[in-house]
Amino acid sequence: MKIKSTLAVLSAAVALGVGANAHAGATLDAVKNNGFVQCGISDGLPGFSYADAKGQYKGIDVDICRAVAAALFGDASKVKYSPLTAKERFTALQSGEVDMLSRNTTWTSSRDAAMGLNFTGVTYYDGQGFLVNKELGVKSAKELDGATVCIQAGTTTELNLSDYFRANGMNYTPITYDTSDESAKSLESGRCDVLTSDQSQLYAQRIKLANPEQYIVLPEVISKEPLGPAVRQGDEEWFDIVRWTLFAMLNAEELGINSSNVEEMAKTTKNPDVARLLGAEGEYGKDLNLPKDWAVQIIKQVGNYGEVFARNVGADSDLKIERGLNALWKDGGLQYAPPVR
Amino acid sequence: MRTTLDATPARGSLLSDPRARAWLFQIIAVAAVVGIGWYLFHNTQTNLANRGITSGFGFLDNAAGFGISQHLIDYSESDSYGRVFWIGLLNTLLVSVLGIVLATILGFILGVARLSSNWLIRQLATIYIETFRNIPPLLQIFFFYFAVLAPLPGPRDSLSLADMFFVNNRGLQMPAPLAAPGMWPFLVAIAVAVLAVVIFAVWAKGLRHATGKRLPVFWVSLAILLVVPGLTVMIVGAPFDWEIPELRRFNIRGGWVVIPELVSIVLALSIYTAAFIGETVRAGIQSVSHGQTEAASSLGLSGGQTLRLVIIPQALRVIIPPLTSQYLNLAKNSSLAAAIGYPDMVSLFAGTVLNQTGQAIETMAITMSVYLAISISISLLMNWYNKRIALIER
Amino acid sequence: MTAHTFKPDLPAPTTSIGALGWIRANLLSSWFNAALTLLGLYLLWLIVPPLLQWAIFQADWTGTTRQDCTREGACWVFIQSRFAQFMYGFYPPELRWRVDLAAVLAIAGAAPLFIKAMPHKVRYGIGYLLVYPLVAYWLLHGGFLGLETVPSTRWGGLMLTIVIAAVGIAGALPLGIMLALGRRSDMPAIRVICVTFIEFWRGVPLITVLFMSSVMLPLFLPVEMNLDKLLRAMVMVVFFEAAYVAEVVRGGLQAIPKGQYEAAAAMGLGYWRSMVLVILPQALKLVIPGLVNTFIALFKDTSLVIIIGLFDFLNSIKRATTDPAWLGMSTEGYVFAALVYWIFCFGMSRYSMHLERKLDTGHKH
Repeated sequence: MKIKSTLAVLSAAVALGVGANAHAGATLDAVKNNGFVQCGISDGLPGFSYADAKGQYKGIDVDICRAVAAALFGDASKVKYSPLTAKERFTALQSGEVDMLSRNTTWTSSRDAAMGLNFTGVTYYDGQGFLVNKELGVKSAKELDGATVCIQAGTTTELNLSDYFRANGMNYTPITYDTSDESAKSLESGRCDVLTSDQSQLYAQRIKLANPEQYIVLPEVISKEPLGPAVRQGDEEWFDIVRWTLFAMLNAEELGINSSNVEEMAKTTKNPDVARLLGAEGEYGKDLNLPKDWAVQIIKQVGNYGEVFARNVGADSDLKIERGLNALWKDGGLQYAPPVR
Repeated sequence: MRTTLDATPARGSLLSDPRARAWLFQIIAVAAVVGIGWYLFHNTQTNLANRGITSGFGFLDNAAGFGISQHLIDYSESDSYGRVFWIGLLNTLLVSVLGIVLATILGFILGVARLSSNWLIRQLATIYIETFRNIPPLLQIFFFYFAVLAPLPGPRDSLSLADMFFVNNRGLQMPAPLAAPGMWPFLVAIAVAVLAVVIFAVWAKGLRHATGKRLPVFWVSLAILLVVPGLTVMIVGAPFDWEIPELRRFNIRGGWVVIPELVSIVLALSIYTAAFIGETVRAGIQSVSHGQTEAASSLGLSGGQTLRLVIIPQALRVIIPPLTSQYLNLAKNSSLAAAIGYPDMVSLFAGTVLNQTGQAIETMAITMSVYLAISISISLLMNWYNKRIALIER
Repeated sequence: MTAHTFKPDLPAPTTSIGALGWIRANLLSSWFNAALTLLGLYLLWLIVPPLLQWAIFQADWTGTTRQDCTREGACWVFIQSRFAQFMYGFYPPELRWRVDLAAVLAIAGAAPLFIKAMPHKVRYGIGYLLVYPLVAYWLLHGGFLGLETVPSTRWGGLMLTIVIAAVGIAGALPLGIMLALGRRSDMPAIRVICVTFIEFWRGVPLITVLFMSSVMLPLFLPVEMNLDKLLRAMVMVVFFEAAYVAEVVRGGLQAIPKGQYEAAAAMGLGYWRSMVLVILPQALKLVIPGLVNTFIALFKDTSLVIIIGLFDFLNSIKRATTDPAWLGMSTEGYVFAALVYWIFCFGMSRYSMHLERKLDTGHKH
C-alpha cells in the first residue's frame, strides 16, 4: 500500500518533468489561463505604487498593470499585485513569480541582456537627485564631500552614487536599506545627511516625511534613469502586448482621446489614426492577440498617458511634478510612441 | 537441527521478507529523491535557457561599483564582487563572534544569578530571562535600532568623552591607532611577554605538582605583561600615533567608528541569546548533585574554589550540547542584520550583488553554503571540546 | 527535692523569624550579598519608576489623532486607532466577523479537550484536528459554500501570524516525528536522506529559504504550476521547524530503554504498531518541554515573513510607524508588539510546565 502510493507519486513527478518543456508564448498562455495579470510593483512609493488606507493599490506603475489587464481582458481590475523590494524584483520576474514588472525600474543594458529581461518602453524619464535637510545649508551636490548617504539596496542609484562621488573626488558613507520606508525614516532621524534616489521618488519620499518643507531636492541630476515596465525574455507576444499598451496610452494623448470622449470618438471619428487605434478600422488588435477594442478599454478604464500622469504624480496629485521630459514630443518632451498601423 | 523459524516464509513472496522489503523501500526512496532532484534541475535548466538568464560564476570577477558602509578589509568601488563576498562574510562573522562572546558572559552571569542565595537577584534574573526569551529577536533588533539608537543626538551635538570618544546617531567614534616607528618593537615585546608567561605558568604548575609549593602565578604574569612592553615603549618611543576623530561639515571623521547597525544587532542578539544561555547554565549547575558541594567544602575548598574547581567543570558537560545549539542559532540569526541595513552576508551578497547581477541561483547557493559551513564548523568545534571534557568513566 | 520542671521555650530570636529574619537570610546574609541587594535595588529604581511613568502615569490613553498626545509619556492612542489593522491587516472590514468566528470556534472546539470527565476524548480530538482546518479555511479564505473569497494577499496582522504559526505547528509535528524515526531507522538510505534533510534545514537561516520560496521557487517548477505565496512561506516554515522537532523527538526516542523496544517486538507488534502504541507515547511525553520550546521559537520565527513582504503582526505595526500622521511612534508600536508576542510565548511555556506536571506518571527516574 505504502509502496504503491510512493510509486504513484514518483511516476507523477517524472511525468510532470517530461511535460515541463516550455514553449514560446508561455507567459501569455499562462496569463490567459489564470484570468489575471500578476504584476510586480513597488513596496510603497506615493504616486508610483502604494496601498491606500483601504489596501487598494494606486499610482502610475499600478495603472500600467491595470491598462494591460484592460487591453487583454477588457477589465482593468483583473490584476494581482506583488509588492516587491528593489532587491527582490528581478529574481521575481526571472523566476515567473510575476508576469510583468512595473516598478520604477531603470532600463540598462545589463538588465536587458544578462538578466534575461526585456524592457517594453519608458513610462517615466527620470534622473537621480539628492534630498537633504535644509538645516545643513547645502545648495549643491558638489558640497556633499564626507556626507552619509541613504540608498535603497539593489538599485542603479547605488552605482551612480559611487560614480558621481568618485568623479568629483569626494568621499561618502553609504547606508543601504531594503525598503524606501527605512531610508526615509533614517533621513528623518538624522542617521544620514542625504537621501539619494530618482528625482520622482525623492518627491514621493518627501511627502511621507513629517515635515516635508524641511527638506529640499538639490538641483543636480546625476544620471539618466529611463523607468519602464519589463517582462521576461522568451515570450514575444506578451512583450508586444505590454509594449503596445503603453504606446496606445501615449498615442491616445497625442490624438486627443481621453477617458471621457473615447467611446464617442470610437463611433464617430473621421481621423484614420484614431480609427486605427480604437479598432474602428483594420484588425490591429488581432495582430497583437488582443480584442478589437483593446485601446478603447485601456483609455476608458485607465485613461491616456496624460491623465494617468496628472492623476498620480502631476497637477492633480499631492506630488505636483511638472511634465518636463515626460511631456509629449510635440510639447518639447521625450514621450513619443510609434504609430498604430 | 531444524528450527521453527525455517517454516515461517509460508507465502514465499519477496514482499513478505523483511530484508527484501527494506531494500525495495530504500531503492524507492532514493529513486524518489533523485527523481525530484532531477525534475527540479531539469525545470531550472529549461527555464534559464528559455528566459536568456546568464548563469555561471564568472560574475565574481566583475567590478562591483557600489559603496559599503562597513568593511573590515580594504575595499573600493572598483573591487570585484568576489571581494564583496569576503566583506559580507567577515561582517557576518564579526556579528556572530561579538554576539557569542557577549551572550556567553551575560548568560553565565544570569545562570549563576538564577541560583543566587539572594532573593532579589534571583527574581531579577528570572524576570530578565522570561522577558527577553519570549520576544522575537527581529523585534528586539528593530527596537534597538529605531527606538533606542535613532533618537541619539546628531554628529554636531555628540556626547563626547575627552573630545576623543563620541557617541551620536551615526555610531561610536573613537581614536584609531596608526603605525608609528615604535610599533614593531612593541608588538615583538608583547609576543615575548606572552611567551614568557606561558613558560612560567607551565613551570609553576610542574613545581606545584612536584612539591606542592604554590607560586603567585597571576601576579607574576601580570607584572611580566606590563613591564616588558612598558620598558620597550620607554626605550623606542610610542608604538602608535592616534588618529583622533574630529567634527567635519557633515560627520565626525577619522578614527574608528562602530556603526549603530552593528551595535543594535549585537546588542539585540546577545541579550536575546543570553536569556537562553542563562537557563542552560542554571540547568547545568543544578545537575551537579549537592553531595559534590558538600564533599568540596569538607575538603576545605572555599565557595569560589568549589564553583571553579568542582561545580563548573562537571556542569559544563551538561551545558555544552545546548550551548552549541544556542551559538548556532545566534550565527543564523545574524542574518536578520539585513532588516536594518547592516552589510552582512545576506544583505550584501544575497541582496545587493544578487540584484546587480541578477544571478539569483548562484548567489543564494553560495550564501546558503556559507551558513551551512559556519554551522558545521561550530558543531565540530563544540563536539571536539565536548569530547575533551567528557567524563572518562571506569 | 523538688521535681524538675522545664521552663517554656524562649521564642526564636526576632532576627531569624518573620520579615526581618527573611530579609536577613535572603538579602543580607553576607557583605557580598548585601552589596548585590543594593545593586539590585538600584537597578529597579533606575528602570521601574521611569517605565511606569512613561507607560502608565504620563501616557495618553484617549483621543483620535497625534495631536491628542500632549503628555510626556507613551501615546497609546496610536495603538487604539490602528488596532483593527494590527489584528486583521487588510481583511475587508465587513467580513471580519469571519475571522472572529474562526477564532471563537477554535477555542470552543478545543475547550471540551480540557474537561477531565469528557468521554471519547481521543476520538473527539482527532475529529477536531481533521474538521477544524477545513472550517477555518472556509471561513478565512471562503470561495465556496456561499462565502465570498478573501485572497490570502489581504490577510494580515495578528490573524496572519497565528495562521502561520498554527499551520506550522500542525505540519511540523508529524513531519518532525517521521524524520526522527527515519534518522533512527535501520535502513541506511532512509537514514542518510533524513540526516541530510535535518542538517540542511538546521544549518541555513530561515530568511534565505523564505526569500527562495517567495521569489525563486517558480524557477524550479514548470511554467504552468502556480502556488500561493503564503502557502509557500508556510511550507518553508513547516520544513524548517520540522527539522528542529525531529531533533527534539530523537532525544526522546534515545531516552526510551531498549527493553521497551524488545518487549514490543516480543509482543509481536510490527514496526509501526510498536512505535505508535509503545515507543512514541513514552518518547513524546519525555520531550514535551523541548517540543513546546520549539513551538515558541516557531511563533517568534513567524515574524521573519516581514522579509518577504507578508503583512504579519510585526510588519503591520512597522508599516503603521512609517505613516506620516503618526511618525515617532516606533517605541509605542514595538512595545505593544513585544507585549503581544510575550503573552503568547509566555502562555505557551506556562502551559507546557502544567502539562509536564500533569503527565508525569513518576516513571522518569
